[in-house]
Amino acid sequence: MHPINNSRRNFIKNSGALALGATLPLSLVELAFADSSQNFSFAYISDAHIQQIKGSRFVRNWDRGLIRAVAETNLLTPKPDFVMFGGDLAQLGSKPELDHGAEIMSALGQKVRYVMGEHDYYLDLGEYWEKLFGPQFYSFEHKGVHFIVLNSIRTYDEWTFHRWPSNEQRMLEMAGLDNPNSSPFMVGEEQRKWLKSDLDKVAKTTPIVVFSHSPLQKIYKGWNFWTEDAEQIQALLKPFNKVSVIYGHVHQIQYNQIGNISFNSVMSTAWPWPYPTAYAQAEQYLPKLTVPMNRADPFFERDATGWQLINLADGHVDLDYTLYNNTERSVAFNAKTKRPEDKAYQAETSRIPPQSHY
Amino acid sequence: MQYSWLILMAACLSAQAQGLDQARQDTKPAAQNSISVADDKLLGLPPVPVPADNPQTPAKIALGDRLFHDKRFSVDGTVSCAKCHDDNKAFTDNLPVSVGHHGLTGTRNAPTVLNSAFSKSQFWDGREPDLEGQSKQPFINPVEGGLANHQALLDIIRSDATYLSAFKEVFAVNDKLLSIEHVAKAIASYERTLISGDSAFDRYYFKGDGSALNDQQQRGFKLFVGQGRCVSCHVIEQNQALFSDSRFHNVGIGITAIQAEVPPLIVAFLAAKQKGGDVDKIVLTDKKSSELGRFAVTSAMTDIGAFKTPTLRNIELTAPYMHDGSLKTLKEVVIHYNNGGVTPASAKVNDFLSGGIRPLNLTDAQLDDLVAFLQALTSPQYAKTSAAVAH
Repeated sequence: MHPINNSRRNFIKNSGALALGATLPLSLVELAFADSSQNFSFAYISDAHIQQIKGSRFVRNWDRGLIRAVAETNLLTPKPDFVMFGGDLAQLGSKPELDHGAEIMSALGQKVRYVMGEHDYYLDLGEYWEKLFGPQFYSFEHKGVHFIVLNSIRTYDEWTFHRWPSNEQRMLEMAGLDNPNSSPFMVGEEQRKWLKSDLDKVAKTTPIVVFSHSPLQKIYKGWNFWTEDAEQIQALLKPFNKVSVIYGHVHQIQYNQIGNISFNSVMSTAWPWPYPTAYAQAEQYLPKLTVPMNRADPFFERDATGWQLINLADGHVDLDYTLYNNTERSVAFNAKTKRPEDKAYQAETSRIPPQSHY
Repeated sequence: MQYSWLILMAACLSAQAQGLDQARQDTKPAAQNSISVADDKLLGLPPVPVPADNPQTPAKIALGDRLFHDKRFSVDGTVSCAKCHDDNKAFTDNLPVSVGHHGLTGTRNAPTVLNSAFSKSQFWDGREPDLEGQSKQPFINPVEGGLANHQALLDIIRSDATYLSAFKEVFAVNDKLLSIEHVAKAIASYERTLISGDSAFDRYYFKGDGSALNDQQQRGFKLFVGQGRCVSCHVIEQNQALFSDSRFHNVGIGITAIQAEVPPLIVAFLAAKQKGGDVDKIVLTDKKSSELGRFAVTSAMTDIGAFKTPTLRNIELTAPYMHDGSLKTLKEVVIHYNNGGVTPASAKVNDFLSGGIRPLNLTDAQLDDLVAFLQALTSPQYAKTSAAVAH
């Protein structure tokens, strides 16, 4: 007598395939894809920036963001196949911050794999992080897909080992934006060698998904939306039919296609970055397809932060962004245009207006 | 009931002024009304929104008034709308959760009908878009009116000659064509007359009467719009104040007590809903499902444990507070927000707490100032009830 999808109540949002991230469908994969046998999904949480104030006091806002993402991920039914964390669990790489972050993450009732962020790394160069989460770069197979995790936020040895009087200062210098003392991120020779040998063992038809913290493409150097040896990594990935790169660090939604490689960014649970084009008012190289984030409402601390559910279908990734207090977004690979596209904002006319002042 | 003719008159006047007000929506709405009686009552309020397909008429309002107070529309003949929305209790019942037929209790605190005409959705979880949609539900809810269906209600009306002539006059329908939609429209029209502004705050803020608020209340007002962050949801605009943003927020009430059970609860609720379960029944009969709040309607994760921002007008009269009536006094409410959305202060903060809720670091004296301000939001025609509540 009170059917919820009564047409009179069309103001009530019915759960639909486009709103995967926002709502809680009982069956995720079947809703999205016709042939579901080889498709699967995983959750991706990133950029929590857990920050210690003093002793057992941590910045409440960043804590709440990660706690919320973990709690929401735990609601997914059926469970995603696994959970990724995309780097920058800590703000200044300290043991208390990494421990506190790991404790919040431990509420996830399933396997989590981690990516190294610069905020995790530059205090002790990943020593304590490795004890908690394992190696800094590695690969694994899942349901016919070859996954690769890189530490993409290393830099020149001179900067890392010979420039700073203390590890703390090194960490602070790398944490700053538009900082002339900073240094561009890179994967580096050691990992490029490893990557080449790792890829040598993989058939060219196997779908490849690479997780890195920084974009493996060059977007904006001042904020290290940048990887210095991006072209060399892209060249190693070029022989494969289906390649996706998923990166954190940018705290905003970006997507791009370079040759055979699809690029997708993930959101932060801590805060949204404005779009550099609006903020910097200077020349930059953001991919053209990217749609700017709506201006966040400062009252809602969680506005425009979030996490994502990533579906793998036919070897391509589709990302459903869960953005608290903001419009949900969905970016999926378009088989016709052969590039990732925002499901709602593809046409120039249907884009949300960019933020132009602060 | 004795002042209902007054309200009725004011509402008719305001309904007439409606067309005028639409034309000058961007200027001062009610305050410039040339009819002085309505003018004062509406101080601080926008024009009452009236749906195009349900215009206000005196006969319809009178019919709605009678329907609203008729106890026969319940399975045991004791429950009228007015049972939980009592004219003498500022249209609430001053109970934590309402009591229906045979003493059955629901899960939610009866919100006041006063100024509900301004709400952009109805019920604590906004599951109905308007008063017409809302007013149909309680008759047939298993813990409220308890009628088997709307047919039972229509049968009672058809057996009453006075009702039949009234429906014929108002809607031009005979007993066969009479439907629950007509009943809902009449009740909604009556409820649209239950509006009240002109509080001490309205005279202070919209009329520039500096003496309308005392020093403590003025300090409380500054906190309300400043450090207390109250105004972010309980909105005050330049020329009107509804004290609600019409949005839904998890403020850490109710759900805090069942946090560990939320994941299985959500799975069970969605499964029940998919099988055609009636949201109205589930949320009022199952306490734990009730705490899911707006999520029950939208299935959106942002809405877990979220409830509609209620107006604060006449808040002094409508204790106890929050969607479950779990806080007894206004002081308890401001302490809850000062704690950052937890009661008691030592409780675990809910994982899904709305991002706007955080500790406020207000002193006890500041909390008292805030309460004093909240007590300045009472409309004069209900102030008498205020004294009754205080005792």
